Amino acid sequence: MTAETIIQSLASGLLMGLLYGLIAVGLALIFGLMDVVNFAHGEFLMIAMYATFFLFAFFAIDPLLSAPLVAAALFVFGAIVYLLIVRFAVRAKANAGMVQIFSTFGLAIVMRGLAQFFFTPDYRSVTNSWLGGKTISVGGIFLPEPQLVGALLSIAAFAGLYFFIHRTDFGRALEATREDAGAVALVGIDKNRVFALGWGLGAALVGLAGAIMAIFFYVYPDVGASFALIAYVTVALGGFGSVFGAFAGGIIVGLVEATTALILPPSLKSVGIYAVYLLVVFVRPRGLFGSM
Amino acid sequence: MDKDFARRRRRELIIAFCLAAVAALVPLFVKDVYVQNVMVLTLMYAALSQSWNILSGYCGQISLGHALYFGLGAYTTALLFTKFGVLPWFGMLAGGALSALIAMALGYPCFRLRGHYFVIATIVIAEIGLLLIQNWEWAGAALGIDIPVRGDSWLKFQFTRSKLPYFYFALALACVAWFVTWWLEDSKWGYWWRAVKDNPDAAESLGVVVFNSKMGAAAVSAFLVAVGGSFYAQFVSYIDPESVMGFQFSLLMALPAVLGGIGTLWGPVLGAVILIPLTELTRSFIGGSGRGVDLIVYGTLIVLISLALPRGLVSLFARPKFFWRKAAVR
Repeated sequence: MTAETIIQSLASGLLMGLLYGLIAVGLALIFGLMDVVNFAHGEFLMIAMYATFFLFAFFAIDPLLSAPLVAAALFVFGAIVYLLIVRFAVRAKANAGMVQIFSTFGLAIVMRGLAQFFFTPDYRSVTNSWLGGKTISVGGIFLPEPQLVGALLSIAAFAGLYFFIHRTDFGRALEATREDAGAVALVGIDKNRVFALGWGLGAALVGLAGAIMAIFFYVYPDVGASFALIAYVTVALGGFGSVFGAFAGGIIVGLVEATTALILPPSLKSVGIYAVYLLVVFVRPRGLFGSM
Repeated sequence: MDKDFARRRRRELIIAFCLAAVAALVPLFVKDVYVQNVMVLTLMYAALSQSWNILSGYCGQISLGHALYFGLGAYTTALLFTKFGVLPWFGMLAGGALSALIAMALGYPCFRLRGHYFVIATIVIAEIGLLLIQNWEWAGAALGIDIPVRGDSWLKFQFTRSKLPYFYFALALACVAWFVTWWLEDSKWGYWWRAVKDNPDAAESLGVVVFNSKMGAAAVSAFLVAVGGSFYAQFVSYIDPESVMGFQFSLLMALPAVLGGIGTLWGPVLGAVILIPLTELTRSFIGGSGRGVDLIVYGTLIVLISLALPRGLVSLFARPKFFWRKAAVR
């Protein structure tokens, strides 16, 4: 194993990690806002990937151009999911935690079933997109272009989110609702509206990630499941409730995955991620940046 | 009040006995192999969900990684049998003991975690177990283990001609899991667990050793689930890592209890009796023609029940008087 291989895989690990951060941030945002873990998060990613694929297959719109469209569609979808399901789940008088887990998990199963029914279980892929399969050489290190663009997009999205949360009225309403939803109602902010927009925003972010993922990953009904677990670990590693913990968590997960793949057989590369998660929470039971 | 309580518990025991007796008679009249198969699975899931309920329902430590213990039971039995010729009965005990020990070893660091951190830790640990087994050549790796038929007897716990022995074993297992829950419910452990679930800090301050009671719940729960895994290995006579240790299985085990009523004595039984036949029916009657329809039906059901009946299906059976009293207290 040469120094070059190590740098090479760490570089691609970093890019993948930034993408993991983008996949996970919606989950972190929603949890921070209302203490709910969306167990259908992976399926949100799945439909975003399908949307990208079909826009490409039927209208020849490149994933890079369709990314904003997909994000917008997911925004609407996320808000609808909140209004139709989650709004009622958080009102449950008993077993609130279980109701949230299983109502969103049931949604995940329905979405997977619908995808199988309408799109068949076949593996599909976006072929001949602008970035697909291309690599760029930076100082002797080869970086795959889709992942590179995804990583840059992820950094941009996190920067935008930072600006949004700290500098806009809606962002402040979001922060305030998260601090104390009851008090927020007293100053005339509609809690439900903020939650719905929060769900929309969270879904839009995973939609953005899905559009990029579709460039270099197969699209099939169960694709969300494997990424969902990584997203949960990413968020928990950073600390639930910390949006920027997801950014750090994503980078750590990407780097650990790449390092594990160097040492262990590729089929075991996830073991490293899981082991690091356990080590972190055993030392810091609230994740790296979690405060609550 | 005390007398009422004792009478209620005795009545529950009698009801359970009657139900078990009726269930034992059913296969004498229902000869269809497919239906018998569904009944075996229903009883198995009732037993598994009842065991899961001890840790997750009563003690409140939600585990979505119980497939680990199921898989350990299945693999211990299958490996001991195929590699060393050890009878499945001993494999069953070995698998149960191993799972209980591992549950406590894992509980030692994990029970310090709370809420979602704990849930994710259970998922992740089961996933590590799955990946390790998938890469373990000696244990058949991802292909799994084919358990050869070496007899048709209770001694070898293999039956080729009839499903009835499996049915009766599954029934016995469901009864044992139910009885253990019934018995623990009114023991000091049962009260500790509910205190830990409601408020661990308050429980600790009142002298409940929170950590030990979680460990106890984990050990009992893992032991029973592993016995279920051993049974499953013998029943299907072929196991592979994904089907016995996959994340889906952890969820399948939790669902009957969740939909029936988590943390209740009858919830897992009721949930399994409704859910498992329904799953099998949708799978074989609708699932064949249009793929995915079974998932749609199943998922919709989960969403609707969990939203409409957060206390589970058992709450439908609660008497109005009881409801009214609860409402007055609140």
